[in-house]
Amino acid sequence: MAVSKKIVLHFPRRITDRPIVCRLIKDYDLEFNILKASVSPDKEGLMVLELRGKQEDYDKGIIYLTRAGVKIQSLSQDVIRNEERCTHCGACITICPANAFELDPKTRRVTFHNDRCLACGLCLKACPPRAMEVHF
Amino acid sequence: MAKTIQEINERIRQGKAVVATAEEIIDLVKQKGTQKAAREVDVVTTGTFGPMCSSGIYFNIGHSRPRIKLGGGRVYLNDVLAYAAFAATDLYLGANALPDDDPRNRSHPGEFNYGGGHVIEDLVAGKDIRLIATAYGTNCYPRRKLETWINLKDLNEAVLFNLRNAYQNYNVAANTSDKTIYTYMGVLKPHLGNINYATAGQLSPLLNDPYYKTIGIGTRIFLGGGTGYVAWHGTQHNPHVPRSENGVPRQGAGTLAVIGDLKQMSPRWLMGTSMLGYGCTLTVGIGVPIPILSEEILNYTTVTDDQIFAPVIDYSDAYPNLKPDILAEVSYAQLRSGKVTVQGKEVPTASLSSYPRAVEIASTLKEWILNGEFQLTEPVAPLPGIESDITFKPLNERPIKD
Repeated sequence: MAVSKKIVLHFPRRITDRPIVCRLIKDYDLEFNILKASVSPDKEGLMVLELRGKQEDYDKGIIYLTRAGVKIQSLSQDVIRNEERCTHCGACITICPANAFELDPKTRRVTFHNDRCLACGLCLKACPPRAMEVHF
Repeated sequence: MAKTIQEINERIRQGKAVVATAEEIIDLVKQKGTQKAAREVDVVTTGTFGPMCSSGIYFNIGHSRPRIKLGGGRVYLNDVLAYAAFAATDLYLGANALPDDDPRNRSHPGEFNYGGGHVIEDLVAGKDIRLIATAYGTNCYPRRKLETWINLKDLNEAVLFNLRNAYQNYNVAANTSDKTIYTYMGVLKPHLGNINYATAGQLSPLLNDPYYKTIGIGTRIFLGGGTGYVAWHGTQHNPHVPRSENGVPRQGAGTLAVIGDLKQMSPRWLMGTSMLGYGCTLTVGIGVPIPILSEEILNYTTVTDDQIFAPVIDYSDAYPNLKPDILAEVSYAQLRSGKVTVQGKEVPTASLSSYPRAVEIASTLKEWILNGEFQLTEPVAPLPGIESDITFKPLNERPIKD
């Protein structure tokens, strides 16, 4: 059975200099489409992939990535903002890797662009009043 | 043209007072000129809404039958440890208090989802709070255990009493190390990945009265959605820091200790807050009215973000190790633009204090004054100023041998 899933990969600093993702094609017969990537040597990396292939190969590929030290998160989640709790301080703006938060220079309020959100979840704990919520 | 606070209060009572926020006054003075504006404007309102850690409440729960002496015992409020070291039924709860079983930073960064600040928010919101106490028992206070719900409306007194709030300017935080750090200034990414700052700048109370010419002990203020007072200068109050020509400190300087009736306040302006990897705190809303008694005082209130400078401090080294080094000096106008240049690198900026909510506080205070609901008070004593000999000392650490 063929599957296609969107996932977020977090690369710890110690493995960002290794070729990891390319082996998904070679060894696991998977296709991927990179939706977003921010991986530099000696820094923590983040990549959003759409991964396609047979369910069996997909499962093996995920096991391989996990063993290689990559943290994997599903993208099938929806992050929403609790408008009651958001104070529009802006602490989320520089935390979001997808630039989903934007400061309106006129009102100085923070706009949340849900369409840009990758559901990586970094903002959830970085928000001081905990206004960001994940819904499954 | 000198005005007095009594004259301003008379105009407030008659509904004739002219009030502007610290943001509005900037353009108003540009249009009218200082002389005319100083004659016409009676009050400038300021505001700030940010995490203020040295905050807390004291309250009296009333006596149980039979009586229990909580002082010297142990008391938990929603599992958060309160300070029980006064008489039988008086308690204090600080914003940073945590439940005993909170994992803290054992798995770093700790989440700190619920602590003293959150209990304060829940109490103010009118929610029941679970109180569990143990005491040692005496002849006059025989009871040794108490488990009860308490509610704000049933407490005899509930008072917000914050030891240090409304910092006059503050550090701007950065991280030059090679790993992410989790601080009270938020999450700081490695290699100057981002920069966080903390005051309301041109709207902030003490930045509009840099030499404490009007704000003093007894000044009535907006506090947590109700009215409160300046009780004292705050801890670490330090008027002796480098200042710009306009008198505005170029680093953290003056602070306020504030007090007010918790029963008047609202959870919109006292919010439990979690700083990842750091702890729990309380975000507090404060607004201070500045009576325009002279042109000089008016001039101070026209300060703009491009005239307020703050030091960028490395929170991976200089701050934790108490080193005086600064990475750069930047203005709030630069900070608010969304990026600043530090060590040749363009760094994105973010605020921990809410500017829109600071505007809302200054506007609310303005409405209260215009409606005649809020009159100004005359300070009973000034805050220590640049003529004082008050200093902010580091700890004189004297290791204990044997």
